[in-house]
Amino acid sequence: MSTPTTELRKTPLNGVHRALKAKMVDFGGWDMPVEYSGLIAEHMAVRTGVGLFDVSHMGDIQLRGPGALAGVQQLCMNDASKLAVGQAQYSAMLYPDGSFVDDVVVHKFSENDYLLVINAGTREKDVQWVRSQAAQMHSCHVSDYSDYYTQLAIQGPRAAETLAKLTNVDLSAIKNYWFKWGTVCGLPNTLIARTGYTGEDGFEIYVPSDVATSERVWNEVLEAGKEFGILPCGLGARNTLRLESAMALYGHEISETINVLEAGLGRYAKMDKGDFIGRDALAAVEAAGGAKRKLVGLEMVERGIGRDGYAVTTLEGAPLGSITSGSPAPFLKKNIALAYVPAEYAAVGTEVAVEVRGQRVKAVVVPTPFYKRSKPGKV
Amino acid sequence: MAYPENYRYTKEHEWIDAAGADGTIGITHYAQDSLGDIVFIDLPAVGASIKAGEIFGSVESVKAVSDLYAPVSGTVTAVNETLKDDPEQVNKDAHAAWMLKVKLANPAEVSGLLDAAGYEKYVSEETGS
Repeated sequence: MSTPTTELRKTPLNGVHRALKAKMVDFGGWDMPVEYSGLIAEHMAVRTGVGLFDVSHMGDIQLRGPGALAGVQQLCMNDASKLAVGQAQYSAMLYPDGSFVDDVVVHKFSENDYLLVINAGTREKDVQWVRSQAAQMHSCHVSDYSDYYTQLAIQGPRAAETLAKLTNVDLSAIKNYWFKWGTVCGLPNTLIARTGYTGEDGFEIYVPSDVATSERVWNEVLEAGKEFGILPCGLGARNTLRLESAMALYGHEISETINVLEAGLGRYAKMDKGDFIGRDALAAVEAAGGAKRKLVGLEMVERGIGRDGYAVTTLEGAPLGSITSGSPAPFLKKNIALAYVPAEYAAVGTEVAVEVRGQRVKAVVVPTPFYKRSKPGKV
Repeated sequence: MAYPENYRYTKEHEWIDAAGADGTIGITHYAQDSLGDIVFIDLPAVGASIKAGEIFGSVESVKAVSDLYAPVSGTVTAVNETLKDDPEQVNKDAHAAWMLKVKLANPAEVSGLLDAAGYEKYVSEETGS
């Protein structure tokens, strides 16, 4: 292993992760836990009980002022005018060519106040992008609050019961992709959002980022979840959980060289809401008959694990594309992958091959998400 | 984690327990810890030849795949078939969960490998801890 040339950034919970003897990795310039007790155990805790993630490396950009909504509408492809106060939506910021600056979750705090939660690896780029675009907007003030929050994700079918012990907020009143403010661990006005990146019911809470508060809340959540078998979970399980749920990861399924329609996220691009950056390019792709390549779910049929970057071919070996994310799926107990292939190979049931370390291994296109939770969570 | 004194080790993190021309091969505690949960181990068949320093198989965890390098040259005399259904044995006790038994072509090759102290030093230098 090489010595990092630049100092890695640390979340306020870095000391906690090290004390728990987590395996740490460089994730987009951040020193983050990849696993604590073991990836499979952590993955299963989230599917069957509850898990706790430190996702403080995620960024937070706030747009405020009378022009905030117009700014969000211009920057993001989903229709933020449809949001009620207290509601969030999955969206993305696009370049003019319809590719991704980043995918984001837009939260409507009030009529003139929106929060965009963004990815860690793209933080500086995103902030710069928003500021450069906002320069052309009226009455829209941009603030980077990324370092103000420790963001914790409490995820799994027992997440609500866990968090309920620590808050006065009626969690059953928060629907999926809605949020409220309330007291959590004695901290008033804490943002509690029913969001996540695991395909499971769960919450993300945003608490002050000082070390003492962050560690206290972390420990109180672990204590509250003890009876449900809560485990601290690292980025390893976060990745396999989101992959089973076929959720995109920046730099893999979405990037500066992939457009929204290729990524299968067209349903979040509201072409009828008015202009937004990237709209014309997407309209042109649609007018030309749609995306030429598509993101598909693959399940390995023969023995072998398709991993990130592996080539996808026809059964005869003609190149088709490549895997963007591939892994054993701990809950499904199958080897799954997301991959880009030409549109004519995207139909469910199509047989393809994956080049696994010099061997052609058969795989089949399957519906996504690979995993869908059976019923919405309830308190 | 203690590395058995009677084993010899490679810089690619395999161990061999050799007595004369008979050797037993596995991967080290450090290797299994780096890989995390192991889900699949690909091993050669009985009768196959392996060559010192060359790839003889692979081990896959949820996170990653890693090649297995032969510590010595020889012929495979036995394969631990229980690893097929239960590869996590390697996570539980890497120094007991053997992969191959081999008949060594040249038992003198063993003396070129690291001893336990040398391997431990190598690992600590590699991890910088």
